[in-house]
This record gives sequence, structure tokens and C-alpha cells, in this order.
Amino acid sequence: MSAILPCTRPERACDTLDSSTIGVIEKPISTFERVWNQDWVRKAFIIIFLALLWQFYAAWKNNQLVFPTFVDTVKAFVDSCKEGVLPARIVGSLKLLVGGYGIGLALAGVMTVLAISTRFGNDLLETLTSMFNPLPAIALLPLAMLWFGLGNLSIIFVTVHSVLWPVALNTHSGFRSVSTTMRMVGKNYGLGGLNYVFKILIPGAFPSILAGMKIGWAFAWRTLIAAELVYGANKGGGGLGWYIFENKNTLEIPAVFAGLLTVIIIGLIVENLVFRVIERRTVRKWGMQA
Amino acid sequence: MASPSASISPVASSAQDTAPLLDVQGVTLQYKTKESLVTATFRVSFNVFKSDRFVLLGPSGCGKSTLLKAIGGYLHPTEGEMRLKNRVITKPGPDRMMVFQEFDQLLPWKTVKQNVTFALTSSGRMSGAEAETRALSYLNKVNLTKFVDSYPHTLSGGMKQRVAIARGMAMEPDVLLMDEPFAALDALTRRKMQDELLQLWADTRFTVLFVTHSIPEAVKIGSRILLLSPHPGQVKAEVNSVAPDDAAGARALERKIHNALFADEVEEDALHH
Repeated sequence: MSAILPCTRPERACDTLDSSTIGVIEKPISTFERVWNQDWVRKAFIIIFLALLWQFYAAWKNNQLVFPTFVDTVKAFVDSCKEGVLPARIVGSLKLLVGGYGIGLALAGVMTVLAISTRFGNDLLETLTSMFNPLPAIALLPLAMLWFGLGNLSIIFVTVHSVLWPVALNTHSGFRSVSTTMRMVGKNYGLGGLNYVFKILIPGAFPSILAGMKIGWAFAWRTLIAAELVYGANKGGGGLGWYIFENKNTLEIPAVFAGLLTVIIIGLIVENLVFRVIERRTVRKWGMQA
Repeated sequence: MASPSASISPVASSAQDTAPLLDVQGVTLQYKTKESLVTATFRVSFNVFKSDRFVLLGPSGCGKSTLLKAIGGYLHPTEGEMRLKNRVITKPGPDRMMVFQEFDQLLPWKTVKQNVTFALTSSGRMSGAEAETRALSYLNKVNLTKFVDSYPHTLSGGMKQRVAIARGMAMEPDVLLMDEPFAALDALTRRKMQDELLQLWADTRFTVLFVTHSIPEAVKIGSRILLLSPHPGQVKAEVNSVAPDDAAGARALERKIHNALFADEVEEDALHH
């Protein structure tokens, strides 16, 4: 039996070419590519494309009552802004939204801090989130109307409900996913109690917390608009949901679309300016999120 | 970098102080998994003196990391006692800084410099400008001056470990606890880091308790080596290391340690065949 020997080959040495003879080694990319690499340029392109699509489809459909054109919608939007109705409605909605969202975040914070500091708090949070998270906020509206009357309080109540559970769920899972090493480092510094929560757990869980805040924001909007569609006339003011409802009743369909467009624009602004900036200055800068 | 060999002599482990800095007496450590109660170490005793480079060496499963975590205050012994400067260890604290194996031991939301100053300020050691000066001086010692304002995710593994070492040393703890800090590094970087650690020791003579499963690393880093047997960890021997420039002595010691650690297995193998 012959032993299997590795195939022997001669050694080799090569001369490398001088880099000047190779041609392009590094060259700046074209202006078009550089512009196209900007996130906002590509996104603006998508938005313009959708607006054009809307305009052409609606023009072809040619039915103001069912599907007004983009131009008509913008016209209604501008008119309504001039009259001062729409800005008042936006302010009305945003007030409730910020209030409900803020209270929801604060409650979620308190509950998750309780949940990570005590086992009972943990059980409480887990039970409550599994009970209430699937419950649509709008289903609570009739109850809220009974308890708090036909006022802002009822709307804030359902908004808080819609924000609290998803944010608490995300924050809690974020806290638990902070690595053991990082926790040990915190303990090593002698950190304990709230100091430990604020200096180690919250920044360590920030990607999850931020994700929860985004979901909470979206849920708050939906709930608010839906609640305002159910009622909101009582105070004469009302918000965007009421604005949409009112105009539907008078068959001012372009104005209905203008109301929806406003919701979309506010959503885009908050997502791309507020959350994007927070992300860039925190989790992206820290390399915790790509 | 200058060779550390000239300044490191084997006298390091001779008792400069009569009282040990760290006194571990008959420590049994147990932890529970979902299925069973595991005894990690059984009645382990040893003493660490000031300026020792004390190595805990043993194969995986000998409870050396568990022992280090217990000294760090993260676990409580079921039997025995651990005293640092004659005070019983009960919880984690900045007098025993840990350097972990994992790269995520740096806080990603802080720059290199902030990671070090945060350790100093949040433990209440010092504040503001003083902490910054101290941080910069130790980061300079580990050759990271250029990267003080970088975030950890932009650094290589070796650089992250250097930051962790600088952080541990900047706290000037009674004892620096190192849990296989170089195990996740590539071989070339590991060698470089070992040399740097010895150089740092030559400069400041800190006390370090170092866990490893590599015999050559133990011989290179340690001045005193504790050998542990596996399942559960028990003390097998405690030996003095050789001078770093004594290559032949190091090889002989490595062989001796190898024989001491694996003698049982050889006997078992002989019985089987």
C-alpha cells in the first residue's frame, strides 16, 4: 500500500505591476449617483411618483365624488388652510395626541421599571400586556364615553390605552435583551436602583424602546382619528377625524382627501424628521443598529 | 515596544506583605440549572498577594470562570469565604474591576474616553476633569490616544479589549479580574496583547487575577499559577512561573503543568487499551 503524498509543486514568486499601469484604481462616483445616494431624494421620488399616479388615475376616472384628483385635493387643502379650519383641526388633534402619547409613554416607563426590578412587577406586566394588548382601543370607546363623558378625556383614555401596551412590551423585551456582560459591567461600577436603570438598561435597550415608541406613535394616531370619527362635534372644535367626518357628511370629498393627506403628511414629517434624527443621533451612531 | 523581560523578575510572588490581599478559604460554588444543581468548585483555597500576577488555569469545566465571578461578587459561595483586604466579599464593586472575554463589555453609547470616565464617575471615584485626565493617561498607556473619541463599534477586537483593560486599570482597583480577556482574539493579536499586559504590569505593578485555559498563556502571563481539576474544580497544584526570557524553563514548566493536569487521563487511557 503506497502512502498518499501531497501533490508537490514548484514554488513561485511574481512581480506585481506598477499601480500606474493598471488604469482606474479609485475614481469619484458620478453626480447622479451621489444625488441618488441621498435617502430623501429617493423617497421624494417615490412620493412624487405616487402623486402623479393618483393625479392621472383620478383624472381618467373623472368622478369628483368618489376619487378627487391630487390637484383638487391640494386645492381643498390650501383653501381650508386659508380659512383656518384645517390648522385649527390639526392643533386640536395634535394636542390630544401629544397628551395621550406622553401619558402612555410615562405609564409604560413606570410599569417596565417595576417589571424589571421585581418579580411580581414582571408577572403583572406580562399578564396585563397579554390581556390588553390585543384589545382594540376603539372597542373601549363606548366604555370610556360612559366613564368620562363625551369629552377629550375619553379620547385621551383610549389613546393612552393604544400607546401603553405596545410600548411597554417593546421596552420590557429590550430591557431583557441587554447582554449579561453589560449588566455585569454596570454592577461592577457599583450602580444600583434607578441609576442602573437609567445609565445601563435604558441606553442598552434603546433600539427596542425606539421601535416601541414608533409603533406607539402610529397606534396613537389611528386610535385618535378613529375616536374623533365616532364623535368630536361636542366642543365645536374637534380634530382631524372630525374634519374628515364633517366633510364626508356634506359630500366635500376633496376636503375629506385633504384631511387624510394631512394625516399622511404629519406621519411623514414625524417619521423622517423626528424619529430619523433620534435614530441617527443615538442607535446608529452607537453602532447598535445598521 | 521595549521587551518587558528585563523588568519582570520571578520575585514578584514572594510575600512583600505578610497578609494576603485576597484570601480564598475553602470555597465551594454551586449553581442551579433547570435540571440540576451543579458544583462548579469544591473547597478551593488560595491566597493572592499584592502585585501578584495570579493565574487560574484549568481545562473547561474546572469552574475557573465561576470562581472569578464569585470573587467579582456576582455569585455567593455555598461554603467557605472570600476576603479582600480582610473584608468579606458580598457584592460586585469597583475595588474588583472585571475585564471580560466578550467584546460587548464596552458601553456602545459611550466613546472610548467616556467609557473610562463613566466608570470613574459613576463609581464615585472622582469627577469631571480629574476623571478625564486619568482616563486619557491610561488610554495612552494602552496606545489608544488616537481613538479616544471613537465609538466602540468602530474598533477592532484587540482595541476593544485594550479599552476594557485601560478602564479596569484606571479605576486602580485592589485587584484586576481578567476572565480569558484574549481568548476571542486572533493568535497574533493575542501575543501582542500579552506582551503589552506584561509591560503595563512592569510600569504599575497592579495585582491581577487572570483566568485562562491556555498553558503557554498561563506560563507567560502569570507569576504564580493555580492548577484546577475539572468537575468539580479542585486545587491540583500551585506553582511559581519562570522569568519571561527563560524559554527552556517555560517549556519545562509547560510540560510539568500539562502532566499535572492530564495525568489522570493518561492513566485512564492506559487502562482502556
